[in-house]
Amino acid sequence: MKNFKEEYNIALAGNPNAGKTSTFNAITGEHQHVGNWPGVTVEKKEGFFILNDVKVNVVDIPGIYSLTAYSLDEIVARDYILKGNPDMIVDIVDASNLKRNLYLLIQLLETGKKTMAVFNMMDIVKKKNLEIDTKAISKSLRIPIITLDIDKNKKSAFLKENIVEMCKKEYENNFKIDYKPVVNDAIDEIIEILEEKGFEFSEAKRWVAIKILENSEEYLKRLEKLEYRKEIFEIIEKTEKRIEKEYGMDTESFIVERRYGFITGLLHETFREKHSIKDRIDFSDKVDAVVTNKYVGIPIFLVIMWLMFQSIFTLGQPLVDIIDKFFELFSSGTASLLVAIHSPAWLVSLVTDGIINGAGSVAVFLPNILILYFFMALLEDTGYMSRVAFIMDKFMHFLGLHGKSFIPMILGFGCNVPAITATRTLESRKDRILTIVTIPFMSCSARLPIYVLFAGAFFKKDAGMVVFSLYILGILLAVLSARVLKNMFFKNEIAPLIMEMPPYHMPQWGGIFLHAWRKGLLYLQKIATVVVIGVIGIWFLSSMPFGVKYASAESWLGKIGDFLAPVFSSAGFGYWQIAVALIFGILAKELVVGTLGTVLIAAGSSITLSQALHNYFTPLSAYAFLVLTLVYVPCVATVAAIKNEAGWKWALFSTIYSLLLGWGLATLIYQIGSLF
Amino acid sequence: MFLSELNKGDKAVIKGIVTKNNIMKRRLRDMGVVTGTIIFVKEKAPLGDPIDIHVAGYDLSLRKEEAALVKVELIGG
Repeated sequence: MKNFKEEYNIALAGNPNAGKTSTFNAITGEHQHVGNWPGVTVEKKEGFFILNDVKVNVVDIPGIYSLTAYSLDEIVARDYILKGNPDMIVDIVDASNLKRNLYLLIQLLETGKKTMAVFNMMDIVKKKNLEIDTKAISKSLRIPIITLDIDKNKKSAFLKENIVEMCKKEYENNFKIDYKPVVNDAIDEIIEILEEKGFEFSEAKRWVAIKILENSEEYLKRLEKLEYRKEIFEIIEKTEKRIEKEYGMDTESFIVERRYGFITGLLHETFREKHSIKDRIDFSDKVDAVVTNKYVGIPIFLVIMWLMFQSIFTLGQPLVDIIDKFFELFSSGTASLLVAIHSPAWLVSLVTDGIINGAGSVAVFLPNILILYFFMALLEDTGYMSRVAFIMDKFMHFLGLHGKSFIPMILGFGCNVPAITATRTLESRKDRILTIVTIPFMSCSARLPIYVLFAGAFFKKDAGMVVFSLYILGILLAVLSARVLKNMFFKNEIAPLIMEMPPYHMPQWGGIFLHAWRKGLLYLQKIATVVVIGVIGIWFLSSMPFGVKYASAESWLGKIGDFLAPVFSSAGFGYWQIAVALIFGILAKELVVGTLGTVLIAAGSSITLSQALHNYFTPLSAYAFLVLTLVYVPCVATVAAIKNEAGWKWALFSTIYSLLLGWGLATLIYQIGSLF
Repeated sequence: MFLSELNKGDKAVIKGIVTKNNIMKRRLRDMGVVTGTIIFVKEKAPLGDPIDIHVAGYDLSLRKEEAALVKVELIGG
């Protein structure tokens, strides 16, 4: 490790859509990595740059609008600013949207942390005919401000130089907003008490005092444990009464209005808008007039969804086939190699049947996943994603979900795994969890072969209807589950839709490709580990005891199948072979058909699988079986994805819930059907 | 009158947020929905809800549920 003369840690803060991520990419270049914040799944992007022997570590924190946190992302961001102790905060300000961006900046300044501001998107400012006197703002806020166009590549050197220079410079941030004597005095009194009694907060005193007066639940809760809370509560009450009497509002409203008052005053001196808001119909407005139009808005949206869905599977398929082929060759090649060096048969089987085929069954989805993330990033980057939420919110809200739940659920028809990851765009934990738990009911493409096989074998004429009915049943179950779970676990949680509709941007292709690629790698890393372990487990059960035929009735797996079979007799298919196929289906739903082929058709027999099925199923029990395959346990990869996104508890819940529901429905269908 | 009652194209000035729910109040304020700000209703979603308003120099979408908490005074249509 090289030692640097100096090393600094900085945090990139800013509103969502202020250009934080592209600034991050520009200054850290290839020196970045993506991880998760400890304990939560919010993405943490870290990187560094080196300039003249000074190393600067950069953390890109989630975008926020203020230092009051609502979603998981926002809590992480705020905690990092307040407790993470970066040497400096660099606030990326969207200068074309100054008022709201300044609201965050002045709060950052109020925390007392060393802060500099980067006024971004100055090119849009010019285009919009706005004039901003950044020198005057810098002077008034007493912080350094540098300006940037969207084209950061030319400016990244300039930005780095300024950051390093500011890191080295010692300067005091003693920014204060004049909250009028009534609050100013209260702040001073609280600070005095805090100082006198021994200060027990890690944040700056003034900030703590303001938050206490602002009625921040979090700070008040921390106060509850302290002895001197009574004195502070007296001050809060006294101030509350005075403000109510003099201004007719509560303290919090007063403080917020003073902040906005400060911003309005500042902008009055430093900002000129050459047109009034309503005259200015820009490009985004024109697009929105069509895209959110009463009549064509929804059809346009459906076409875009259809195109995305189609490309994920049609563009992906050739690559999927290549990867599939590769694993096949790799597996047989490895087998020959292992045999050639006289490896024991169990080792050959473990490596090929177990590890390679198992990992392969997940890896084949990689092209679909890359294309999916590419589209997701494209929709997000251009600004269309928030329009989707806008268009679909009413419908989804009616179902107990959120406008932003729609896309992940649709993606579930392709593959549940990326769909679950895609729920990250949802802000509230309630919406995320409800969406995650309902996604497995969306019939993914891996379930289609099972539907097709059984529908063809038992419902010849009505095969199409049968398959369609399963898709509809899945959707109904998702909707009902969402409503029930909401009432069970999240009854009083509010998840309002208060969402910025960012102006449309031209996509930044480089960033989008990079994003898709990184997500793809993360997918492989996370899922593959879990799946490989699962596969080895199943392989072990199929091969034990020694010398048994792989996955035969005598293997442990066969024994387990035998043991579980009675459970399914209430649904009309209590055979060990079916139970085994269902167990394999947990690994990947694709394996159900393959397993049935192996265990139902005796070696050398010439009957087809369709014919063989007739020995085990009636049309009624076949339909019950299809319902069970639709509902029961999402595959291992999906459970792993749920665990990553929502934690073990929900992964376990989803597994048990779907098992019981699937079994219950299959039994119900078979039993009721048998009455006729 | 309230923000939820406005039609597409209406221009209004915000008079306050009427709710006991402090979190909601804070959220709206954080997004620039503060007394004295001039807004106009840009779009309504195809199903009539949510609405898209122009406020503090940018576009914000809100459900009618939330918009019904924002007291406004119409200043032009």
